[in-house]
Amino acid sequence: MADFLLEIGVEEIPDWMIEPALADLRGGFAAAFQAFGGSALWTDATPRRLVLQAKDLVPQAPDVESVVQGPYLSAGEKAAEGFARKQNTSVDKLAKAQDAKGERYVFAQLVKGQTALHALSEKLAEIVTDIHFPKTMYWTGKGGVKFIRPIRWIVALLDDQIVPFEIAGVKAGNTTRGHRVLGAKTPLLVGISNYVKVLRDNYVIVSAEERKARIEAGLGPNVQKDEELLKTLVYLTEFPTPIRGSFDPSYLELPAEILSTVMRHHQRYFSVVKGDGSLMPEFVAVTNTDGDPEGLIRQGNERVLRARFNDARFFWEVDQHKKLRERVADLEKVTFQAKLGSYKDKTERVRKLAKEIAEALGADEHTVDKAALLAKTDLTTDMVKEFTELQGVVGGLYAKAQGEGDGVGTAIYDHYQPVSMDGLIPRTLEGQVVSIADKLDTLRECFRVEMIPTGSKDPFALRRAAQGVVKILFEAKLPLALKKYVSDVPLLLPFMQERIEFYLKEARGYAYDEINAVMAAGFSTLQDLAERTEAIHAVRPTDNFEPLAASFKRIKNILKQSQFAGDRPPAPALLAPGPEQELYLAFEKVRASAQATAIYREKLEQIASLRPHVDLFFDKILVNDPDPAIRENRLALLNSLLTEFSTIADFSEIVTQGVGA
Amino acid sequence: MDSFQDTVFKLKHYWADRGAVIQEPYDLEVGAGTMAPETFLRVLGPKPYRVAYVQPSRRPADGRYGENPNRLYKHQQLQVILKPSPDDVLEQYLGSLEAIGVDLRKHDIKFEEDNWEAPTLGAWGIGWQVVLDGLEITQFTYFQQCGGMDLDLVPAEITYGLERIVVFLQNVDSIYDIEWAPGFKYADIRLADERQFSVYNFEMADVAMLWQEFDLHEKECRRLLDLFAAKKNGLERFPVLPAYDQALKCSNLFNLLDSRGAISVTERVGVIGRVRKLAVGVADAWARQQAAA
Repeated sequence: MADFLLEIGVEEIPDWMIEPALADLRGGFAAAFQAFGGSALWTDATPRRLVLQAKDLVPQAPDVESVVQGPYLSAGEKAAEGFARKQNTSVDKLAKAQDAKGERYVFAQLVKGQTALHALSEKLAEIVTDIHFPKTMYWTGKGGVKFIRPIRWIVALLDDQIVPFEIAGVKAGNTTRGHRVLGAKTPLLVGISNYVKVLRDNYVIVSAEERKARIEAGLGPNVQKDEELLKTLVYLTEFPTPIRGSFDPSYLELPAEILSTVMRHHQRYFSVVKGDGSLMPEFVAVTNTDGDPEGLIRQGNERVLRARFNDARFFWEVDQHKKLRERVADLEKVTFQAKLGSYKDKTERVRKLAKEIAEALGADEHTVDKAALLAKTDLTTDMVKEFTELQGVVGGLYAKAQGEGDGVGTAIYDHYQPVSMDGLIPRTLEGQVVSIADKLDTLRECFRVEMIPTGSKDPFALRRAAQGVVKILFEAKLPLALKKYVSDVPLLLPFMQERIEFYLKEARGYAYDEINAVMAAGFSTLQDLAERTEAIHAVRPTDNFEPLAASFKRIKNILKQSQFAGDRPPAPALLAPGPEQELYLAFEKVRASAQATAIYREKLEQIASLRPHVDLFFDKILVNDPDPAIRENRLALLNSLLTEFSTIADFSEIVTQGVGA
Repeated sequence: MDSFQDTVFKLKHYWADRGAVIQEPYDLEVGAGTMAPETFLRVLGPKPYRVAYVQPSRRPADGRYGENPNRLYKHQQLQVILKPSPDDVLEQYLGSLEAIGVDLRKHDIKFEEDNWEAPTLGAWGIGWQVVLDGLEITQFTYFQQCGGMDLDLVPAEITYGLERIVVFLQNVDSIYDIEWAPGFKYADIRLADERQFSVYNFEMADVAMLWQEFDLHEKECRRLLDLFAAKKNGLERFPVLPAYDQALKCSNLFNLLDSRGAISVTERVGVIGRVRKLAVGVADAWARQQAAA
């Protein structure tokens, strides 16, 4: 049994690409070296190295029988000789085998299993260069190997033996490198058993888990939890050491959103917060060092943060010289999308749309219109040009500061929300209206010029926009007739329907057939759709429901087969006494009581109570009566039954188990 | 403590010792050291080259009337091109920081992903911003394409932001407080420049005249490129470099018009396309001229 170690030494890999790369490396290795067994496969990484270790590989893969199919006997001797020659053998050494077309020659031989050393040496280069990265580069010259960043060294050891291979002129060996600054300046000789320790002695912690633990242990009190930032820092450092710095409390006069954004997105600092969540004038930076005994790194970071905060304060003050209202005209010079003109054009469209929606939903029209007018003006401010991720937020803060009113400010502040399925929706009805109008406008315009997402390609984040609209409508329970705004643009309605179905499935957890049944019945408002789906979901487990659904499917088939058209009610006089008449009377009763309640669940329970009558009808009555008048009347009865309740759901869409048609 | 100019001298020496030609700044308005022909044209083709130069870089829209301690209309870049990039290029770069007095053992240095792209030059590369104690001090790029062409040899481009580095080295809070030379602050040398050009670029530049200039320079560049395209022999004497000057003029005029707020959304894409066409045309002509020589 032999152990294997691979380290690809690379110039600093972007932090967010490292884990997917390791998964690729691991998968590629496992697939290629299956034949060699192995008891454990371990991968890890720092920004400068991708590491893979395998334990207990067998030194040689088992022999395998190789069988090559040759010509049929009927092809004659010449063909047999040619085949034998090609296989480096003679005809008498060939075996024969029978298949569907006749008897043929086959050449069977035992192929010796490769040694692990040989196999590794043959395949490793490809496994490494096959790792997928979102963006690669070449560095040895045109046509050279591509990788995420230049490969500078490779360690490849099978026990104490170097596995010979090379990538881009770099030969595998047994030397690694330590931390750029803190480690030895010369290459470090390593073996499998001392690899981790040699690197540790040279200020490289190979284990990402260990680096994470080291950061967490050093963060100190009151640090705002931030898993994403933590992960970034784990893969930006080889020897992480947190340090704590402070800033002048006077900066706390600036909005916390701005301070946090500067710290997190621009400086990768953790914020420090009080019990109530408000910021303290401190931060934690994670360095790639073993400490800061003289406080120089702290001072440096404090100065940079001071400059950034000064910038923010400066932007805030300068931006106030020109109010948001005075910036509306400037939107003419901000591109919304090359084919779709400026944000000025967009603003005008969104205002119109927002007005209609506000009217429909009873939102404060004055607030909505003001917010829609000003929503994009922060794109012209220095603050947003610097901190683009704060678009909307800055506009909201400025609107409040400039006396546009809290309602307007909040609506602007929230109007980009929700940004994900888990994200919050705008807090106020006015914010919801502006957000919906803004997103619908983007969708309408993009679809109009055929910028439509395909497969995984969605450069304008239209799925997210559509999902946002759907999420707001569902979660704020807004009675908006969505179709009115999406039906006049080709392909947009089905696109929205997809998002609606996705929401019902992912966020609400309904089964796909429940969703199909409800969607097949059409929809007016999403709130109504939500209520109908919930009702189906709730009534489904009751005894009568699924059998009834199966009967509906049967009714649908019968009507289809008999090509029944028309919507006249059945003539009571033509109904046969017994099950047929009973079904009709029960139906009339259920129809009346279902209409008397507005609660879908009650309606459905009423409908489900028809089951025994329907069952009996199908048991006893032959729909296909020889008398065409009776036959037509029976079909009319069934049709009334089907259509009467089809506004709630198309029950025939419900997948039933082994019952009915 | 080293003055601004001392730091510049040391960096130039450092790279001269490593075989770089020390050039002077290009004598036209450019937005970045990359646009100087010593980078934009030299990176093309199979000939190795090493060069370092300071390039004052004009970005009209970044002007702040000399009132912001960290922002400038015109900043100084020290640009290094190593073609092809040596294997130990990052170690050499770290050595340059030590040469200007950064004790790396006492500071925190990180290489954070930052790829570079200049659509108007048909150029892009892969690299990092180098961050020292939280301050971005250098842009490091492995060029991949220039003028729309894959590069034969991959050059490393190291762009030092001189003001930022010296703010760090001199431990001051404002660029204007940097000691440029003994007895002279950065403000003494450059503040008037910042103030006046901000006023001109944002408020007073004559838009109609800028457009006229743009059209004229574009026309001249196109005229030269068309003549070059028609030429069969004697390519080496052909004025491709003067054609590039015309393209650079257009690029700067575009920036001025932009800071003046004179380019509408509908025009913008088109104007960028016009500049790009010139730059790509020159790069192509230059590559052909080199190959013919």
